[in-house]
Amino acid sequence: MKEIKCECGHVNPNGTVLCESCGKVLDEKQQQPILDMRYEGTARRSQTYKRTIIDKIWNFFSSVKVGVALIIITLIVSALGTIFPQEKHLSLTVPAEIYYKERYGWFGKVYYALGFHDLYGSLWYELLIASIGVSLVICSLDRAIPLYRALKKQKPKKHVSFLKRQRLFAETDLHDADEKDTFNLLKERLVNKRYRIMEDGENLLAEKGRFSRWGPYVNHIGLIIVLIGVMLRSVPGFYVDEWMMIKEGETKTIPGTDKQYYLTNHQFLIETYDENDNEAYKEALENQGAIVKNYQSNVTLYKASESLPGEEPKLTKLKDYEIRVNEPLTFDGFSIYQMTYKNELKSMTFGLMEKDTNEIFGQVTIDLDGPKRIYDLGNGYQVEILSYFPDFEFSNGEPSTKSGDPNNPAFAFKMITPDKRDGELSFTSIQQTIEPFGENKYKMVFQGADTVYYSGLTVRKNETLWILALGGTIFLIGVIQGSFWYHRRIWVKVVDNRFYIAGHTNKNWFGFQKEIDEIVDGTGLPFLIDQSKKSREKVNEG
Amino acid sequence: MEKKRRRFIQRTIILFVLAMAIIYTVYTNLMKDERKIAQVGETAPDFMLEDMDGNMIRLSDYRGKGVFLNFWGTFCKPCEEEMPYIDRQYQIYKDQGVEVIAVNVGETDLAIETFAKRLSLSIPIVVDRKGEVQEAYGIFPLPATFLIDSNGKIIHYFDREMDEQTVKDFMERIKP
Repeated sequence: MKEIKCECGHVNPNGTVLCESCGKVLDEKQQQPILDMRYEGTARRSQTYKRTIIDKIWNFFSSVKVGVALIIITLIVSALGTIFPQEKHLSLTVPAEIYYKERYGWFGKVYYALGFHDLYGSLWYELLIASIGVSLVICSLDRAIPLYRALKKQKPKKHVSFLKRQRLFAETDLHDADEKDTFNLLKERLVNKRYRIMEDGENLLAEKGRFSRWGPYVNHIGLIIVLIGVMLRSVPGFYVDEWMMIKEGETKTIPGTDKQYYLTNHQFLIETYDENDNEAYKEALENQGAIVKNYQSNVTLYKASESLPGEEPKLTKLKDYEIRVNEPLTFDGFSIYQMTYKNELKSMTFGLMEKDTNEIFGQVTIDLDGPKRIYDLGNGYQVEILSYFPDFEFSNGEPSTKSGDPNNPAFAFKMITPDKRDGELSFTSIQQTIEPFGENKYKMVFQGADTVYYSGLTVRKNETLWILALGGTIFLIGVIQGSFWYHRRIWVKVVDNRFYIAGHTNKNWFGFQKEIDEIVDGTGLPFLIDQSKKSREKVNEG
Repeated sequence: MEKKRRRFIQRTIILFVLAMAIIYTVYTNLMKDERKIAQVGETAPDFMLEDMDGNMIRLSDYRGKGVFLNFWGTFCKPCEEEMPYIDRQYQIYKDQGVEVIAVNVGETDLAIETFAKRLSLSIPIVVDRKGEVQEAYGIFPLPATFLIDSNGKIIHYFDREMDEQTVKDFMERIKP
């Protein structure tokens, strides 16, 4: 590894553009009239170390070009993901592959094949985001650290060629007597403008706002913290997004809490607006019909003793609460929101009727969640349930149930009456009654049904929010730091009665030049010239 | 050279940490939809459920025996098909240290009794009314069968319908 020795005696690492000590140009290719001051000409991302695979990976991610490319690719791909709906937002009854092909043709087929149907959860999209994160970390490390070192160890004494090739520059001859005065006057004015002064003989460096240079890196730290926050979502305990349907009167464990918390749903309420609320509503209500004012679940929260799945824990009441939309029940980092509801059959009432006379010999009310086998109506009348199908359908000619939920209850009844002691069979569902063994004397007539509300609640916990907020805040601090402060430096050098002055800023050259003009004005020194304009003019002339 | 070595080590460590973070995140995100709990090789999550006669059955009480843990519902056709096989094989293997626990997914007593009577089942049936055991085992879809050895370890998970030979082979595997 060859190192570069500058004529000032300083030994620079390989890849250095400007001598770390005196600022002399080391890279012979750097022969432009104005120096490229980016990263202070340090040997960044030492492209020279390319031997091992680690270095190769490092150098790949260290490239700003690669970083920008990754961001652009991600933007384009994210946009493509919005052309067709994502799979998770569709309630598909056919496989996604077929859906995309049939609905959108060959393009849909390609779309599906490339994984765009579930873009934001796909492996390659996640890897793309991860690469941006890696690029962010490595780019920042590879630039911030050398820049920090370079700025920390800068010396006031610079090579004349360094000053001459700064964008703002002036030189003049001074007499011995004036020289000291001018130098001191200049220094005083710089201090008044809040510059920090470093001196070495007749060399001077005035600097302010160095802190602005860290803006972009602070900014990146903010982004990295946000990425860490997003990553923590997949760590158990940081993020919960669960869902529960809970029936009125039911007590259930709250999902996502490891059986530590239980909830009782006492009542679910829907309230609608009426004219008494406000005269002005009258017209709207006439046009629209009922308008819902409030969805509410009245609940009690319990802390549960440790228990196994299926075991009843001991419950300690924590609080009663009325969950309304946007008024979640909160505890221990969890929030429980009112999301939806459903109304289901709770019980059905049938009357045992003699067909000829329409006389009813008693009623049975069947709790659909726990029907009894035998309902005794007295006086020798009795109804037995032979089978119960909560979600009835015929499959292959046989009665069966689609699920355990009472969506479409059906019963096989055996009706025992004083005159039919062996009982008559009747299959009764909501739509129809079947009498499998011929015409019966009695039948079960449907007399009514009770319903019960279920509250649909979501259980959320997000312990990453404060991390995202912190990251966002740091990001903004970085933006402010880099935007509203400027890193301005002025070098002054006197050699053999020749007075050199040069200035550099990282942004807002106009403001900088105005400031220098004020400093120089009346010192007998010439105003500094913006050499970039001069060289541009030269180019134009040439 | 010392400097170069240090740089190499620094870079390796940083890249390693980044790689680990990414692998972890991507892995957990991709596994989100998979069953993560009650996997083969793990100790079977203990539970307590009531059987049809009101007795409490606790899984860990069966240590020393092989447990054939089956989740079912009366509405599940394949469950109906395989139930008689399980029942028949249970009669053979129960004297050889194999226990069957048939966990109903929380239906009404009437539905379960009717079903058990129709198929003349004699295997112990328990009811998971609140779905907590199904959650602990990550059950979906039905039927689902876990083979638990005499040390309480899950040695196999099967989520399709079984024929009688399969049931027999399974019981043979968990025989202590």
